[in-house]
Amino acid sequence: MPGKVITITSGKGGVGKTTVTANLGMALAQHGQRVAVVDADIGLRNLDVVMGLENRIVYDLVDVVEGVCRLRQALIRDRRVNELYLLPAAQTRDKTAVSPADMIQVCEQLRREFDYALIDSPAGIEQGFQNAVAGADEVIIVTTPEVSAVRDADRIIGLIEAQEKGPGSLIINRLKPDMVRRGDMLSTEDVVEILAIKLLGIIPEDEAIVISTNRGTPIVLDGRSPAAQALDNIARRIMGEDIPMYQPAREEGFFSRLARMVRGGD
Amino acid sequence: MSAIAKLFKRKQPTSSQVAKERLQLVLIHDRVKLSPDVLERIKDDLVTTISKYLDIDREGLQITLTQNKRLIVDMPLRERSARKRSG
Ligand SMILES: Nc1ncnc2c1ncn2[C@@H]1O[C@H](COP(=O)(O)OP(=O)(O)OP(=O)(O)O)[C@@H](O)[C@H]1O
Ligand SMILES: [Mg+2]
Repeated sequence: MPGKVITITSGKGGVGKTTVTANLGMALAQHGQRVAVVDADIGLRNLDVVMGLENRIVYDLVDVVEGVCRLRQALIRDRRVNELYLLPAAQTRDKTAVSPADMIQVCEQLRREFDYALIDSPAGIEQGFQNAVAGADEVIIVTTPEVSAVRDADRIIGLIEAQEKGPGSLIINRLKPDMVRRGDMLSTEDVVEILAIKLLGIIPEDEAIVISTNRGTPIVLDGRSPAAQALDNIARRIMGEDIPMYQPAREEGFFSRLARMVRGGD
Repeated sequence: MSAIAKLFKRKQPTSSQVAKERLQLVLIHDRVKLSPDVLERIKDDLVTTISKYLDIDREGLQITLTQNKRLIVDMPLRERSARKRSG
């Protein structure tokens, strides 16, 4: 069975695409899937450092596209898990070095060799984004619960629908439950109602992400933090498991805690 | 939103409610590519036409585009015994 190519995109920059790509890739591999993560942010290479693989790059995506090397040669194996590979972006080129047709071809090869290929899209709606979604089977849109990020996400949803790749599914990142409770942050329900697409997961704001990024150790490797659990849940939903939505309410009320205990688990 | 929720949420809207309303409004324009300027022109034309037959309150006129793309025009008539309005 051919694998699935999933592009992670957002419109607005800095909302967590690279963090999500690295961790979902790692989590899927932890669950025994064969995974490739692809950095499509050409000229602003980042996925390598977030994953802690920056010292092992020899070839990159542009080398593959230009025929300087074969795909296999450019893939960096992540030794912390069984079957996880990184295809890095070129750092010294710009996005015009790759065309959507090139990406479709690369994705075709990845589909043959992996269960999942996750493509980390650059921000924006221009060629870098067009390249990143060209070969996708599915699109994940990452947003934060903020007016500008949600607005940009809406724009992206419109664009991928126009390309018949849509509507995609949604990850809400950096949610702060106590701010939502105070009425000072858009809630999950608000964002889902506004964007009207399927919710794939909610990731809380979590300092552990900053720490894990400092170390180049994707947070799902450490396991227990709220963000790690949320990301692992998302990976399992991608694999088709039916995991109830992560409820980031930590200081939840007595009744909901009771309900959760009765229901069992998270 | 349920009626009860509305009751409790009446007074000062929270900043997230404000954010949600602003977003909904801006997305209406984004999605249909209707600029505020065009919307004003539509209002003017409507008022011109309807005013031939009825006395309309231009200030109270509201046009909204719902998420499922319905244009709703809310056009209050001016009261006969026009009570003095401030402003
Ligand atoms: N849930 C979270 N909690 C705390 N910090 C986070 C969270 N998600 C992301 N961050 C931080 O936000 C910053 C931006 O994240 P990231 O680089 O993944 O975003 P991006 O969408 O890939 O950005 P760009 O558009 O520049 O490619 C990083 O410093 C990251 O550590
Ligand atoms: Mg990034």
